[in-house]
Amino acid sequence: MNDVIRCTVNGRPLEYQGSPMDRLLDVLRESWRLTGTKEGCGEGECGACTVLVDGDPVCACLVPVFQVDGRTVRTIEGLLHGERLDPVQAAFIDEGGVQCGACTPGMVLSARALLDRNPDPSREEIRDALAGNLCRCTGYEGIYRAVVKALQAEDAGGAR
Amino acid sequence: MTRAFTPDSLAEALKILRDPTVVPVAGCTDLLVVDHATGRRHDAVLDLSRLTALRGIRVADGHLDIGAGCTFTELRQSPEVQRLAPSLAQVAGTIGAWQIQNRATLGGNIANASPAGDSLPVLLALGATLELASAEGVRSLVYEQFHVGYRRTALTPGELIVRVRLPLPTRHTYTAVKKVGTREAQAISKVIVAIHAEVDGGRLSGVRLGAGSVAAVPVRLRQVEAVLEGRHIDASLADAAARAARAEVSPIDDVRSTAQYRAFALGQVVATMVREGQPRG
Repeated sequence: MNDVIRCTVNGRPLEYQGSPMDRLLDVLRESWRLTGTKEGCGEGECGACTVLVDGDPVCACLVPVFQVDGRTVRTIEGLLHGERLDPVQAAFIDEGGVQCGACTPGMVLSARALLDRNPDPSREEIRDALAGNLCRCTGYEGIYRAVVKALQAEDAGGAR
Repeated sequence: MTRAFTPDSLAEALKILRDPTVVPVAGCTDLLVVDHATGRRHDAVLDLSRLTALRGIRVADGHLDIGAGCTFTELRQSPEVQRLAPSLAQVAGTIGAWQIQNRATLGGNIANASPAGDSLPVLLALGATLELASAEGVRSLVYEQFHVGYRRTALTPGELIVRVRLPLPTRHTYTAVKKVGTREAQAISKVIVAIHAEVDGGRLSGVRLGAGSVAAVPVRLRQVEAVLEGRHIDASLADAAARAARAEVSPIDDVRSTAQYRAFALGQVVATMVREGQPRG
């Protein structure tokens, strides 16, 4: 029945003792102060709240926190390697894939999850993987260029 | 505070679900949208997402047997579904996007019973059977009998969809699904149609057409099926099927589309699907 929810967030064990149906999005932002994950729509339509649960991109606005008990969660904060940006993050900056930044955390995580599975995606595969992340600023081309740049950097043995 | 049950077995879950205040939850991709928009709270929820009895995809007893708890990502990536129910694998890729497909389940899509549920017309066309279970026992139900009214299903209190069984295709089987929506992803359908038929020498038999977003429930287009059954595929048959489709449905105007557009689009899609059943060469 109801217990403390325990999970691993960005490599660290964290706990939550509120209502099991509280949204993972709210728990991340309000309880664990990981505010990189944004609420765009609250309906799972925009992807701004994308996080990785056991490596899979999901909308944190649609995950009741009790279902992540015992699981690993990765947020945008978890992409930094000490002071070093993930190649996807660096590529977004270099290629103009970031404007207002609202979609960026979710977009970067979806791109990261894609490259973790598929080191050489086609343009169609990139578009499909990012189809759940809406951007109102960039028109997406800078984002696609960033993903291609990141995969080239990783192909060339870029550090992760 | 909401109580959360996390049973280890289906039997344990079914016992708990005798309590009608306990809501079974899986991917929550419809449930949490409504909760958040309306402030709805649940006395108690029961997590289906870890029950192994609801997972797994296998060929058994001459059927493709799919756990109701399988996610759309699993359906999309399953070699068995791609080979034996390709229209189901295809439609799985049109539901929301990656984030939704990783969580939403086939059983949830069925039980949520939206008129626009994308897998539902495919299940109608493929002739699915549902395995249902409650603390009182198990039963099979032909999927056609599942939707009894707008968002009302044949599930009895405390009953769960456990498995979805599909007949296996033959070498003549033709299936297709087409969804009309505002975007290629993250779109609720304006019209969605699925077809299943045996095509032998260009002649159609065993035709079943399922359509969504054109009625309060997903429907078989029986008048269109009657037009097509036993006939050779050609352009005039496709046109006749389109006319029959437009006459058969009485869709509504809503936020996504109009009755007029829906009827028109339905006809166009049906005609295309008929023409595309023609073997090439």
